[in-house]
Amino acid sequence: MYSEKVIDHFNNPRNVGEIPDANGVGQVGNAKCGDIMRISVLVENDVIQDIKFKTFGCGAAVATSSMVTEMVKGKTVQEAMSVTNKAVAEALGGLPGEKLHCSNLAADAVHAALNDYTEKKMRV
Amino acid sequence: MYKLSDNHPDQSKQTGVVRQANSVGVGQTAEVHQAGRASHASHTSQASHTSHASQIGPANHTGAAGRRVYLDNSATTPQDYRVTEAMMAFMTETYGNPSSVHQFGRVARTAVEKARGQVADLIGATPEEIVFLSGGTEANNLAIQGVAHARANKGHHLITTAIEHHAVLDVMEDLAKNGYELTVLPVDSEGLVSVAEVQAAIRPDTILISVMHANNEIGSIQPIAEIGTLARENGVLFHVDAVQSLGKLPISVIDMNIDMLSVSGHKIYGPKGIGALYIRKGVKIKPMTLGGGQERNIRPGTENVAGIIGFGEACRLAAEGMGGAFAVELLRDKLLNGIVERISDVVVNGPLGDKRMPNNVNVSIKFVEGESLLLSLDMQGIAASSGSACTSGSLDPSHVLMAIGLPHEIAHGSLRLTLGKQTTEEDVDYVLEKLPPIVERLRAMSPLCDCAASQH
Ligand SMILES: Cc1ncc(COP(=O)(O)O)c(C=O)c1O
Ligand code: FES
Repeated sequence: MYSEKVIDHFNNPRNVGEIPDANGVGQVGNAKCGDIMRISVLVENDVIQDIKFKTFGCGAAVATSSMVTEMVKGKTVQEAMSVTNKAVAEALGGLPGEKLHCSNLAADAVHAALNDYTEKKMRV
Repeated sequence: MYKLSDNHPDQSKQTGVVRQANSVGVGQTAEVHQAGRASHASHTSQASHTSHASQIGPANHTGAAGRRVYLDNSATTPQDYRVTEAMMAFMTETYGNPSSVHQFGRVARTAVEKARGQVADLIGATPEEIVFLSGGTEANNLAIQGVAHARANKGHHLITTAIEHHAVLDVMEDLAKNGYELTVLPVDSEGLVSVAEVQAAIRPDTILISVMHANNEIGSIQPIAEIGTLARENGVLFHVDAVQSLGKLPISVIDMNIDMLSVSGHKIYGPKGIGALYIRKGVKIKPMTLGGGQERNIRPGTENVAGIIGFGEACRLAAEGMGGAFAVELLRDKLLNGIVERISDVVVNGPLGDKRMPNNVNVSIKFVEGESLLLSLDMQGIAASSGSACTSGSLDPSHVLMAIGLPHEIAHGSLRLTLGKQTTEEDVDYVLEKLPPIVERLRAMSPLCDCAASQH
């Protein structure tokens, strides 16, 4: 049911964990099945220097989290904000239809972390 | 034969048993457990099988597949090789239609009637009370719709429970949309129905009570005999879905006052696509299909002869092997206790003790999600199932886990392991070795806990 890429990211997820000195954190929940994803970012000079995730969800949720961190690492905030859920699913070689909603979580969590970063920056 | 006492941690690796049951492609119902993974390290088989294991599937399958452990026997069971042998002739030279007058037909008829007797014997019925059909789903549909329509002049009230299989619940709910009234009884936190609540639900216009014998997810065993007495006293028909309990628990349709009983071949080492409905003599039901008069016109259509023969043989073998349930229960206890001892924050779903099916393990492993667990186990060759929302097409958690009051996040981490007669102690040891690191890995990824410390 899952592509080899999905299985690979599930088995060897990139960037798992939490950044202790993160300057942006986003957590989103999946209204549909109750899964949760948390992303922390370290942004310096508008570039995502480091990003880590923690995910409670299915294989597709773990794989999309892993994939999205790879896709935005080293990118500018603006570039990362334009990464879509669809792009993440495509980068994984597609997801089974009933698993498409899981990929929503990944890009949303990144956007939430970056919004958190931007808000914090505006406050200082 | 394998040694029961040998618990050396590396034993399973060294003996490298290639499970024959798996080489014949045991049921692939859950999407996540897949056939042969080349990535598994291959071991030389030293052919250490239990006598049971060697009865399932052809011998000498020493292929390159790694260890594969099938613990999804409530989804389906491997077919016993003796069942296959019994069926063989009816898929080749003995092809007559049982309804035909000629010798070809008569041979088939005799075999079908023998099988009918074998099914009847296992539940204490007479052969004339057995109607063959396509499986548990059809048996449940026919029983419930058949009675609802045949007794519509007597009343419109139906009673069932919240933890029935969908093949009961969905039929009941459909009738409720079409003029019938439905009472769905709750269950307690162990998944048990209260006899007093059944009694309280019975009304003058109640025509049918349907309660499953054993639950397929959490293994809870319902007080069928008590409910049967109650139904009989009140003149209400009683249907029992015994798909999970057949051959594992004693069933007597007489002693338990059962009017209709659904059973299925593929849960008892028989073929898929064959089952039966017991209908007590004198009980009228309206057929769902009309046609050529077979099966006393209750389920017309040319018989699935090979399937029927296989089902009959599976019933005979089940009656013979009933004593083996104790061995399975010991292994189950080892597995269940082992999981609880090795992994922290585990909740056991369903009752413990004699109200639980001897082959069922169902636990919720907190802070992890079921589908991730199944995928990870599958990669180690272990086939299991889960009631997590993520494993269901509808993305709702299992209705059974909801009915016993589990919060969504606990239902999410549910893991069902169901043993079979082919399960060995080595299988159990292998799971106990592989599961804890899988849980540890997934917990380290989970935002719900600071899990590095919680593992012991
Ligand atoms: C309790 C119960 N009832 C009914 C069924 C359906 O049986 P079948 O697969 O033979 O249609 C199953 C099998 O999943 C079951 O576990
Ligand atoms: S996260 Fe629940 S289905 Fe993917």
